[in-house]
Parts: sequence; structure tokens; C-alpha cells
Amino acid sequence: MPDLRFGDAEPTDEERIAVDEVVADLGSVVVVEGERLVYAGHARTAERRHLLLPALHAVQRASGWISPGGLDYACRQLEVPPAEAYGVATFYHLFAHEAPEATDVVHVCDDVACRPVGALGLIDELRAAGHHAKASPCLGQCERGPAVLVQRCGDHDITVAPGSVDEVAVAISGRTSTASVSLPQVGSPDLRLLARVGVVDPGSLDDYRAHGGYRALEAALAMGPDRVIEEVTTAGLSGRGGAAFPTGVKWRGVADQQGRPRHLVCNADESEPGTFKDRVVMEGDPFSLVEAMTIAGTAVGAEQGWLYIRGEYPVAAHRLRTAIDRARVAGLLGDDVAGSGKRFDIDLRIGAGAYICGEETALFNSIEGFRGEPRNKPPFPTTHGLFGEPTAINNVETLVNVLPIMLDGGEAYKAIGTERSPGTRLFCLSGRVANPGTYEHEFGITLRGVLEAAGGVVGADEPHAVLLGGAAGFFVRSEQLDLPLTLEDTRAAGVSLGSGVVMVFGEEDDMVDTVRRVAEFFRDESCGQCVPCRVGTIRQEEVLARLRDGATLDAERDLLDDLAAVMGDASICGLGQTASGAIRSALDLGLLEGSR
Amino acid sequence: MEETDVILQWGSNARAAHPIFFHHVLQGLRNGARLWVVDPRRSSSAKFADAWLGLNVGTDIALAHGVAREIIAAGLVNREFVDRATTGFEEFAAYIDDWTLEHTEEVTGIPASAIREMAHAYATAPTAQILWTLGITEHHTGVDNVLSLCNLSLLTGHVGRWGSGLCPLRGQNNVQGGGDMGALPNKLPGFQDVEDDEARARFEAVYGTTIPAQNGWNLTEMFEAMGRDELKALWIIGENPADSEADVSHARALLGKLDVMVVQDVFMTRTAEMADVVLPAALGWAESDGTVTNSERRVQRTRAAVPPPGQARQEIDIIADLAERMGATDWGRPTAEELWEELRTLSPMHTGMSWERLEAEGGIQWPCPEEGHPGSPFLHGRLWEDPVGGRPAPFSCVPWKPPIDELTDEFPLRLTTGRALDSYNTGVQTDKYNSPIRSGEALDLSAADAAALGVVAGERVSVSSRRGTIEMTVAIDASLQVGLAFTTFHFPELADVNQLTCDAYDPKSGTAEFKAAAIRVDKLGSLVDA
Repeated sequence: MPDLRFGDAEPTDEERIAVDEVVADLGSVVVVEGERLVYAGHARTAERRHLLLPALHAVQRASGWISPGGLDYACRQLEVPPAEAYGVATFYHLFAHEAPEATDVVHVCDDVACRPVGALGLIDELRAAGHHAKASPCLGQCERGPAVLVQRCGDHDITVAPGSVDEVAVAISGRTSTASVSLPQVGSPDLRLLARVGVVDPGSLDDYRAHGGYRALEAALAMGPDRVIEEVTTAGLSGRGGAAFPTGVKWRGVADQQGRPRHLVCNADESEPGTFKDRVVMEGDPFSLVEAMTIAGTAVGAEQGWLYIRGEYPVAAHRLRTAIDRARVAGLLGDDVAGSGKRFDIDLRIGAGAYICGEETALFNSIEGFRGEPRNKPPFPTTHGLFGEPTAINNVETLVNVLPIMLDGGEAYKAIGTERSPGTRLFCLSGRVANPGTYEHEFGITLRGVLEAAGGVVGADEPHAVLLGGAAGFFVRSEQLDLPLTLEDTRAAGVSLGSGVVMVFGEEDDMVDTVRRVAEFFRDESCGQCVPCRVGTIRQEEVLARLRDGATLDAERDLLDDLAAVMGDASICGLGQTASGAIRSALDLGLLEGSR
Repeated sequence: MEETDVILQWGSNARAAHPIFFHHVLQGLRNGARLWVVDPRRSSSAKFADAWLGLNVGTDIALAHGVAREIIAAGLVNREFVDRATTGFEEFAAYIDDWTLEHTEEVTGIPASAIREMAHAYATAPTAQILWTLGITEHHTGVDNVLSLCNLSLLTGHVGRWGSGLCPLRGQNNVQGGGDMGALPNKLPGFQDVEDDEARARFEAVYGTTIPAQNGWNLTEMFEAMGRDELKALWIIGENPADSEADVSHARALLGKLDVMVVQDVFMTRTAEMADVVLPAALGWAESDGTVTNSERRVQRTRAAVPPPGQARQEIDIIADLAERMGATDWGRPTAEELWEELRTLSPMHTGMSWERLEAEGGIQWPCPEEGHPGSPFLHGRLWEDPVGGRPAPFSCVPWKPPIDELTDEFPLRLTTGRALDSYNTGVQTDKYNSPIRSGEALDLSAADAAALGVVAGERVSVSSRRGTIEMTVAIDASLQVGLAFTTFHFPELADVNQLTCDAYDPKSGTAEFKAAAIRVDKLGSLVDA
């Protein structure tokens, strides 16, 4: 786009090289061929806009911040108005907008799971040790907090979990992530989705194949797209992201959009506080996701797959990048997938710290190079998704369920779990349990059963409270321990499984502070696009701050009720609609009574 | 424009000069249209283009012929349309056969591959538009330039259909209306020929007077007549020739010689300052009732919302009063509606547009020959009727001729003039307010030319043509082709650019060759030394 006004800041050589690498495949928007001929134009600009987010990552990594010179250079290459690109850059937590104080920025999770295990103290200690430490929303390492993400200038990012001053120093000097591995069920014959996690070498395609990998794709290609969708429908697979939409129906909707370019998007922007199951799958069994995406893509008729991993998962991103490359080299991605004549490839995109990008339409905007603000629905992604084209979007857990369905058939899959909630479910156990981690259980297990499998509550027979489903979920108390965890039972009980979060709190935990942190999270993560959420999440946090500071509940209850009603009715996306759920449930269960 | 597939914007910087119209182009681009901009400069419009083709100034016919020949040679002619709706194809094909891509590249400076690409894109598009403005018409071959573009639309059938056509962009909201109403030396209202005795007789019967049977002078001819002392009194309505004429020093001298000059305007222009009598007039917009007709021939009502300030009066009243002083006793004070109703009886293309319909329908496109006729969205839709309505469209064998003002060692640089976004023509309507994007007067030079001349941005230089010398400030435009200089003429008080421009004109249109002057640039110091 012309009519652009650039500043006079110059990029550094590193920034220039980094941005050039991003646009290398498509080339700059403007191509000057002598003084008489220049190629540019709207189509070229539109075609390259999706490179903005990668270009911003490149600038951030090259300089440690989105410098004016680097931003301008990216905008010149992509012909994006600098003001608009600045709007995109400032949307994300992981892009810095001032020159960094240090080459390494140490993000420490101070969210609900990491607070009780010393996150706030760790921030102070790191600062005392000379680190540039910042508090961060949930980093998705809840089973091994307090979690640390080190964002490095000129180098790849590093996860340290659990974090300590010493571990952070070791990780930085060794340029490698250090994370304790907790796979409580590893090797269990009952595992279906996690069977290979902790068993297979995540970097080896051969090892993956030796453990049954790519047999599902073979089966899927043999049965053809219609049968694949039929089996998934028969299996009764529903979305594991929280909304539980039937996957087969979604795929059928996209597959029916004949004649239009279609997309398959994997939502790996797992950002719900307390959630880390997709990370465990991606880190431990990355090829399974590549295989599952290939099956889904070829089934719905998409030639392009997009894998969007949250920016806080450097290890998962690295392993998936490797897996995609190796699958491509082996002919399992590309112009002729496994000799089938079908085209399917995967583009890996990295988020930059924005919870809202887990909302499917916000994720599309993020990939397309715009601010990650949700769109109005309808139209739905099946007809108007990524780039306005038909798109099947599923999260990681949903997709990997497709592998057993392909291998065993829909009927066999359906025999597991309950009639209306077939299959298994991944649970993210964190907080006051003996063995936190990712667990796989059949639908129908009770909450008590889940806790027992994790070694029970630490220091008590029963939990003081459990946050079920994440920040967008609900608190439950011991009366509900025998609730069968199925879609239908949780719905009847007025709660939800959400993203499978089971975060356990004990008597010793400060519930008022926890609930206030939930409110702070939503205020921070609201995209600000629609008023009920933008204003409502602020008012809600203010109420909880007043409660913490001694206000009485009676005086605030009506306001919380009003806020919940307005946000629930009038927000355009799930963030605003669910931003008061956990808080309201805490209120109803009397968890905030302690606050006088 | 919004629903077309390919747009050739040729000799127009609509982004700056027609910014509102350009919004429609942008909407088209957003909907997937591809844009080619043909312009010697990489103008602000060109920056939106899929491809910009920077031809040599004054080689438009050469390029059009090259494109036409490629369309024919590649077998992309719309034979069905050519056979049924046009004449002279074979002759035309033979006439342009020399314009191979290589020859065209030689003359225009544009790579053959790019010419080929544009020709194929235009010819194979389901729908395509050609837009042009003064970059086409302000040449001594202006009319031929237009005809050479028309040839392209006839070859491909991109005319007279939804999304396909030829769009000359008008410079004012009512340039079209002025011509429609007979403000042309050879036409009566409704484009009826002055020299057509029958037409004249119809007008004379209604007007109750005699109309001279010969065509009048066009603007350029008027100045020539002033030079011969044949034209001694001039009544100027809404024009500022003392700033806008090419070779303006000469034009001013001629205006100064007149016995009587009356200027009727809404502003005190430089021309008005020279006048014996100034008649302050109401604005056409917001202060007057009447009609205007836009580029797509749509007649629209204007309505007075506020009374004109001070002594300014309605133009109809001024003219009627003058008529009375000249002895016409039966004019009275006609209203805009009465004049319109009279026009409808004389101009067949307006007959169906009653004042009530214009009110009710918000605008009607002519021709609209009878009440109940919906108006005509496509002027040339007749070419698609079966059988073709009216006479078939002829191909035009027009020769390419280089600009009159030759480049020589003495005047080695080509100067072309144009418009900036924030300003309008000689600045009469725009210099009364400030604009944050106004760049002011400057002579744009390519970096190479500036270096060769040893001048830098911001330096004052002497700029000379065969007609005059002025001082200007240098600006460097890195995208300008070597040998080309550019300036606007919005600031005659600061830089009297039209002292430089060439007053050679197209005899068919009377329009001067503003777009191609030969100049030299001298450092101020070196002049003093010489």
C-alpha cells in the first residue's frame, strides 16, 4: 500500500537480515525492475500481510524489542502502514516496545497455579540477582511451577520449570530449556492419546513409525475423505477446546465447500490458565500432531495447514518445526502426501503472548497479520475462516484423537467413555495434588477418581476447592467430587470441563487473592474490542481488589451480578462471556467469605 | 469500477487529482481488480498499481499501438465484437503492424515483456476499464491519444458493458455539464452542431433571436484573435487564464491589451485583478439552484442552502441583468427550473428528465430521450444491441508524433506538469487555507540529473524554456526517470510555471501541450557568471 509515511529510523543489519529471511520466499511487496517498471499492488500486499507476525518476531529476536527502525523496515518490505503494524505489535505481551534493559528478559508466571508455589518471591530473587524479571500470565507449565520463560535477544527462548535463580543462570549459560518431566502414567497400556509420550524419541520419525506412527494416515488415505469424516462422525468425537462441537459436523461443513481454497488450522494456542496438556503432547509426540493434521487436512480438502503454537512454548515449537521438516523430507507433507497425489503442507506460526488468540477467529486474525481480535460470528469458520476461506479449526487434543479413530474405527472408539461423551480426555492436574501432570482418563471418571489417580490431595483428605476447566471454568468444592466428568454431567451441574484443568487448592491457599488474580487475568487479556468485556473486566477486578482490601461482600454482590449479566449477554466472544464464571462460582460456594 | 477485473489508468494520477473517484478504484482493487498505471512518473497512483509502466513523455500513441498490435498478434481480439460493432479493423491492423513489442520498447522506454503482460491482461480480462485524464489530452496529439486508447477497447469489446468502458475523468463536478449546455464554440446545448442549419433554426425559434451560423473560437483561438486585435472585449466566467494558460506571460500581455475585460467569479483571481469590471457571483455549490452533470453523464440537482455573501449574486441574475442592459427586454428573471424546462424542449438527450424526476430520482444519466426512459448507464451500450444501434464504431489510424517542444542540448530536460493532492489547479480555490500535506512549489528532478547539474534539494535554481525563465526550488524524487522533471502549477505567486509551458496545441481540441516542455536548469551562481 502506498501513501505510507515512514519515520527516519534505520534498521540494524541484524533486523534487516532477519526480516529479509521472513519475506524470502515471497519477496518484497515492491519489486523495482529498472527505472521504468515497478511491480507492487494490492494483491501482492494482501498476499504477504500474513508475514507481519513472523516479521515482528524476527525484529523482536534480532533486537530484543520492536525498534522503530526494525518496524519501519518490516513495513517497507510488506507495505503495511507503520501505525497499523505498531497496533499489531502492541497487541502482544511478548513484543517489547521500549529498548530492553537487558539482553535477557525473564518472564515469571505469577498466575493462579504458580502463585502458591513461590512465584512472587522468585521474581524478587531474580531481580536481586540482577535479572530483568517480569511477572507474566500463565506460561502453561502449571505442573512444575513456578514457571520461567527467558526471552533472549539474538537467540531462541528458553523455558525453565520449576524456576529458581540457579536454574535460570544454568539455562541461560547453556542456551537450553530445563524442565522437569512429569508423566505420571507413562507407559501405561490404557493410554491412547499419551501412549507414545515419554516413550518415543520426539525427534525421530523412524522411532515414531516404529511405535505405530503413520499407520493412521495410511488407513485414512486408503478409505478416502468421505469415509474419514464418516468415521469421525460415528465416533462422536467432539472438540476438546471447551465448546465440544462435533468434529465430524465441522469437517463435513468444510469439505462441502467445493471449489474454494480450504484451510486446516490447528489451534495450539493453549493459554487457558492451568492448561498444559497440548504442550505435553507436542513436546513428547510431535509427529502424532503432524500426522493427525495431515489426516484432517486431506479429509476436508485443505491443501494448507496452519499450526499456531503459543509463543510461550519454545520447546514444543522447536519439536514441531523439526517434525514438520522431517515429515516433508520423507514425503509425508508436500505436493504428494505419502504418494496419494494429494497436496498438504503445514505452516508453523508462533503466537506472541495473547490469550485471546486461542479464540478461533482471533487466531485467524493473528495469522493474517492483524490484531488478534475476535470476529463476529456468524459467518462461521466452516464457510468464512482464515483469509475468509472455509476453514476447519481444531485444537491439538481433538486432532490426536483422530489417530485411534482411523486405526480402530469409529464404532470401537465410541465404545470407550460414555454414550454421549465417547473417548478419553486429557486432564491437567496441578496445585495441591501429590503427582501433578497430564493424565488421560475415560470420560465418566469422577473428579474424586481423577484426584486419586494423581495421588490424592496433599495434606488433606479433600480439597478446599478445585478450579475445573481453567480461568474460564468454575470452582467446585468437595460436595461435587463424585460428579462424573462427562460433557452432559458437567453441563447439568452448571460447570464445564473446559480445557481439562483440575487445579487443586488447599485450606492454606488465599482464595481471595486467587480469584482476584483470575479477574486480573481477564482484564489483562481482554482485547478491548467490545465494551462489555473491556470495561466489565476492569470493574470486576476492582471489586475483587476491594474485597482483598477489606470491603464487605454484601456491598459488592449486586455489582458483580450486573457485570456478569452484561458481559455474558453482550460480549462478542467467549472471553467476555466466561470472564465472570469462575468468580461467580467462588462467590456462590462461599470461597470469598473469608474476606469478612 | 468496483466490479471490474482490470484497470488501465493511463495519463492520470487520480490518487492526487481525483481522490474521491480514486476511492472507487481502491474498492475495485480490494475486490480483486488488477491495476496498471501508465505514467512517466511513479505517481502516488502508480504506487497502488500491480505494475507501473513509466513511458517517455508523449509516447502514448506508440504504446497504445504496441499494445494493440500485441493483442492482434497473440490472437486475443474479440472477433465477434469487432465484426459486428466496428469498422476499419483490417486497415487498422495493417496500419499498426510496424509497432512490434521491440519497436514500442524503443520509442516508449518500457520493457517489451511489460507491454506484452499488460496487453494480455487487458485483452483476456472478463471486464476492463481504461481511465485517463490530462496526461492523455494535454498534448498536441491529445485527441489522437484518446482515439488510440479507444482502439484498445474496440479490439477487446471492453466498452459499453457493466465493468468495462472508457473513463475520461473530469476535473470539476460540472465539466461535463458545461459542454452539455453548449459552452463550446461549435456546439449548441445537447451537442448539436452550430453549423447545422436545422438545429440552429430550432433554437432560434425558441430563443427568438438569430444565432451566428459559424463556429466560434475556442480558448486558444481567442488568444490568437486578441493577438490580431480582432477580439477586443472579453467576459470571463469562472476561469483564471492569467495563471492557467500555457506561455502565460504572453497570455497576460494579450489580456492587458483588451479594450474591456469583465470577470465574473467567486474569488478575486489574478485575472479578476486585471479586469475593468468584476462581477462577484454566487457559488455553484450551496448558494445556487440548478443542475450539474458529472463524469458518468448523471444530471443532478444542486440546491441553494445559504444566500451568497456581500454583493455576490446568482449567475442567472447577472446574465439576465446584462442582457437587459444590452436591450433584451423580455428575459425577466428566469428561475433555474424554467431554464431547465426550456432546455428539455431543445436538447433531445435531456427531454425525458423533468425537474420533478431529477428531484425524485436523485440523478439521471443522459441520453434520456423521453419521460419514463430510465436513463443510460452505458453511453456505448448501443454497440452490444442486436443489431448494433446507430453506426458501428470506427477504428482510428492515428500517427504517433513526438512532442512539439524538442529536447536539444540547450533545453535537455523534459518538464511535465501535474497536480498535488492538497491543491487545485491555480490555487484559486485551495490557497486560502493551509494543508498539513502541502509541499509547496518545487521542481522535482531525478537524483542522477540533480547530481549532473550539481544541485541539491532545497537549492534555488533558474529554470528556462524557449518561452521564459523563472526561479524554482529543487526537490529530488528518487523514482523519477532520468531526463524528466516535474512540477505542479498550484502556486503561480511563488513559481510561475506556465511561463515555461508550451503553447503549441492540438488543433482538434484547442488544448495546449502542458505535459511536455523542454527546459534547462542552471545553478543561480553560474548564470551570474555567464
